[in-house]
Amino acid sequence: MKAWLWHQLDSLATTLARFGRAPIVTLLNVGVIGIALALPVGLYVALDNLRGVVRTLASDPQLSVFLALDAGPADAAQIEARLKQHAAVREVRYVPRDQALKELKASTGLADVVDSLPSNPLPDAFVVQPRNAAPEALEQLRDEVSGWPKVTHVQLDAAWARRLEAGLKVARLAVWLLATLFAFALVAVTFNTIRLQILTRREEIEVSKLIGATDFFIRRPFLYFGALQGLAGGIAAWAIIWAGLQLLNHGLADLSRLYATQIALRHLSLDDSVSLLLFSAGLGWFGAWLSVDQHLARIEPR
Amino acid sequence: MISFSQVTKRYPGGLEALRQVSLTIEAGQMVFITGHSGAGKSTLLKLMAALERPSSGSVVVNGQNVAALRPRAVPFLRRNFGLIFQDQKLLFDRTAFDNVMLPLAITGFERREAVRRVRAALDKVGLLAKEKAYPVRLSGGEQQRLAIARAIVHRPAILLADEPTGNLDAAYAAEIGELFRSFNQVGVTVVIATHDETLAARLKPRLIVLKEGRVAQ
Repeated sequence: MKAWLWHQLDSLATTLARFGRAPIVTLLNVGVIGIALALPVGLYVALDNLRGVVRTLASDPQLSVFLALDAGPADAAQIEARLKQHAAVREVRYVPRDQALKELKASTGLADVVDSLPSNPLPDAFVVQPRNAAPEALEQLRDEVSGWPKVTHVQLDAAWARRLEAGLKVARLAVWLLATLFAFALVAVTFNTIRLQILTRREEIEVSKLIGATDFFIRRPFLYFGALQGLAGGIAAWAIIWAGLQLLNHGLADLSRLYATQIALRHLSLDDSVSLLLFSAGLGWFGAWLSVDQHLARIEPR
Repeated sequence: MISFSQVTKRYPGGLEALRQVSLTIEAGQMVFITGHSGAGKSTLLKLMAALERPSSGSVVVNGQNVAALRPRAVPFLRRNFGLIFQDQKLLFDRTAFDNVMLPLAITGFERREAVRRVRAALDKVGLLAKEKAYPVRLSGGEQQRLAIARAIVHRPAILLADEPTGNLDAAYAAEIGELFRSFNQVGVTVVIATHDETLAARLKPRLIVLKEGRVAQ
């Protein structure tokens, strides 16, 4: 057991020494793997952040109910009462047309334009908070209220957020496709690195076979090398994304000060980070294994 | 310990290196295989260590038929041998110490015991003072002695040497011959393929003479 452990450590040390012997090549390989992984993983992080935002928006949907321009205060009162009694409605807020115009003037900087209008073009409106946020329930409520007299239009405010969320699902699929392609690239890079190593270590392999090394013994350092290179690539990818997020968050800090809200992009969660590292190490191992399987059998001592 | 019966080795292209060779080498013997270049000396050694497979006939080492050995079992067969080549096959990217360590690393030896054995082997061939030297820094005779240290460090029962004195001058060759004698005296079976007659005269081994792939006497 102790001998076995010593042996593993020895292989590991030999592998690390090989990294050290060709630092530029190692750095380039790790860089290539890191960038290849950073692309899909970076997209994943971006989507994850976007999804977080969309979810908060979409979870708080509203209906805007616009009345006809000729609707009087009596009509408005009647519709307000009807909305308040409706089983699917949680809360109703009345926005009279004069107040809407004032808000428009204040918030958009269009005061000059608004003042030049001969009459108020805005209708009375209600902002309705529904009890049930499910899309079907919202659509049903919208269709029902649209049919009421003096109601011209009902707007589902969160509809765009829901559409975006559906779009994000498609984007997620794209990320997985991209990840598969780049995983392929990682395996290919490792395959080639190991092939070159086997060629340069041909003599050592031959001598080892001559003095009774098993295939397992000969394979091990190459497999370790592949796994370690993959792991280093995974760490590089993580660092690239981290650096990118630092830069973006720096820029976003100004933006969030302007909007008086907290906007910050989150990095991969701990679980996802560990998955990334395991995944990249595993792929490196696999690439090395494929390469060793292909090339080692051809070296037989004479 | 090693027995050949009716062994023929034919290489691709039709060259017959060995023809119907039958011989037995007992444990503890010192055997020289001699003959002209191309008489089949090297082939005979390679068949023993499963570096080649016989075209027909059987090669039995320690009760195992080498011809029928599964590829997985070959490394374990080779651990019975210490192999010494004319071109030494040393690894030039590591020190003398690490070259000798290789067989022990392969068999998964415990570290401290391995270090002790490597030093003992280097001491035996007189290279203990040069354990940190790289093979390029060693003379031809020293390189050959280093190869011998690597061959004996795991204490094999059989030592196979192919032209071990081929490239060496007489003084070095004599030193190497003494080493083989001392191993043989502690019970190691020594099989040497050589046409060095001085060495044969000195060690007085059993002679197997090959002539055009057959045993001549």
